[in-house]
Amino acid sequence: MTIDFRELYQDIILDHGRRPRNFRALAHPSHLAHGHNPLCGDRVTVYLELEGDRIKDVSFEGRGCAISTASASLMTEVLKGKTLAEADALFRGFHASVTGGETPAMPPELEDDMDRLLPLAGVKSYPARVKCATLAWWAFDAALKSGATGATVKTE
Amino acid sequence: MSSAAKSPRFHANPSASLDPRRNKRDFPVFERNPGLVFLDSAASAQKPAAVIDTVAEYYRTDYANVHRGVYRLSARSTDLFEQARAKVQRFLNAADEREIIFVRGATEGINLVANSWGAKNLGPGDEVLLTELEHHANIVPWQLLRERTGLKLVPAPIDATGGLDMAAFERLLGPRTKLVAVTQLANATGALVPVEAIARLAHARGVPVLVDGCQAAPRIPVDVQAMGCDFYVFSGHKMYGPTGIGVLWGRKALLDDMPPWQGGGDMILSVSFEKTIFQEPPHRFEAGTPDISGAIGLACALDYIESLGREAIAEHEAALTGYGVDRLGRMPGVRLVGAGQRRLGILSFEIEGIHPHDVATVLDQHNVAVRAGHHCAQPLLDKLDLPATTRASLGVYNDESDIDALAAAIEAAQAMFSR
Repeated sequence: MTIDFRELYQDIILDHGRRPRNFRALAHPSHLAHGHNPLCGDRVTVYLELEGDRIKDVSFEGRGCAISTASASLMTEVLKGKTLAEADALFRGFHASVTGGETPAMPPELEDDMDRLLPLAGVKSYPARVKCATLAWWAFDAALKSGATGATVKTE
Repeated sequence: MSSAAKSPRFHANPSASLDPRRNKRDFPVFERNPGLVFLDSAASAQKPAAVIDTVAEYYRTDYANVHRGVYRLSARSTDLFEQARAKVQRFLNAADEREIIFVRGATEGINLVANSWGAKNLGPGDEVLLTELEHHANIVPWQLLRERTGLKLVPAPIDATGGLDMAAFERLLGPRTKLVAVTQLANATGALVPVEAIARLAHARGVPVLVDGCQAAPRIPVDVQAMGCDFYVFSGHKMYGPTGIGVLWGRKALLDDMPPWQGGGDMILSVSFEKTIFQEPPHRFEAGTPDISGAIGLACALDYIESLGREAIAEHEAALTGYGVDRLGRMPGVRLVGAGQRRLGILSFEIEGIHPHDVATVLDQHNVAVRAGHHCAQPLLDKLDLPATTRASLGVYNDESDIDALAAAIEAAQAMFSR
């Protein structure tokens, strides 16, 4: 078994895939969006409660593979309490790490959070799986843009 | 002057049983990828050296455009192309060579029928009766036509075992049914559909029948006259032939009455700015330069299939399917998706607690190539309440060791995800 492969399915991924954190709907989300990967049928709904410029609460529901579930779970953990600017920086950093792009400079206060997302960087060796890892983040992005009405974003 | 490229000689030996290990040596991909366990022939089959060489040899020796040139090279190319048509006619036991239309694949064949026969004959409220087992290629063309004509799509349901519910099918075959369009073998589950019985029922009501033979044609003998259907489509690349070539067979009486669906060169008798007179079938439906090398490669692939014996292939697929059902069926945590009373060549399954995409990634690490997803049959998976499945599908190069490798890789995935 290759090193890449062990990196892809690290214990933390399997753990979050099996027991996702913040796996619930929010009662009164200010923003929400659905993510759908038509290729594999994965679906995720991301809920946000913003307080001014800050993410007061974030959660998700849905069904998907270990990678997409773990990614959504870790995303909710790092986003809680962040400002929108910080969330945007984390999304950029995460996206670069899973697509093999150049990671943008991260403010020191976000470095720990970025490290928490790094276990997912293993997907960069598996092009077919990158969309699994980014699905929840794209749903988060769509939620910010669409508000409480709930847009649907598709990855193909 | 070089002679026309000889298509490789195969010696038909239909009484012999299949030897998958020997067949495997016919396919260079296995030599180039040692240890490859290829279980994705339902998506596309691998190519024997004979097909690869025939296509290359055609380009080296006999290539020119068809139906145009007066020079000998073009005549030779035209001969090879039309011989390929005759080969397909014999392969399907079609009554007439002019009933064989070369298309890009089954998808294009169905789109042709929808846009030509369908646009002419289907109006508002007319029903096209399908099944829940269909591939998107036998759903979406009818939906596109529905937008233009107001026709109605009626899907016949599957029963609890995953096979077509024939009683329901018969009930749904009503006075408004103007066409029946069904798969012969469901690509997502491997369920065989009794197309002969369907054709009898439909014809008793004067309704024509289109059969999607993509998964059946590489696996069982097909005789369109005995089957009694009116249109039959299949794709070359699932028949161990090249991509980009496929076949629509249609009864001559129907084809004669159908308008062209694409215009261009090669499909006309005469063109003026005032009026164009179209060719007779099949050329009426083959606008532009066709996939000549694809057709010639397909003919070689059909020769290859016949050299192995079509009955022998069917027996091999059935025996190996049975072995797979037994092997996977006994594994804890593995659930086979139902395929009714007769399953052939395709094993679709779920593994408890592991998503099909994770399964496929782990299997790939063990050199086992399978498909994970909805298999272009979302309505069926929705009905079965499955977002996706893992699908292993068989070909003439697979044997029990491939199923054993699949089972071992599944066990490895289970061990990994339970740690």
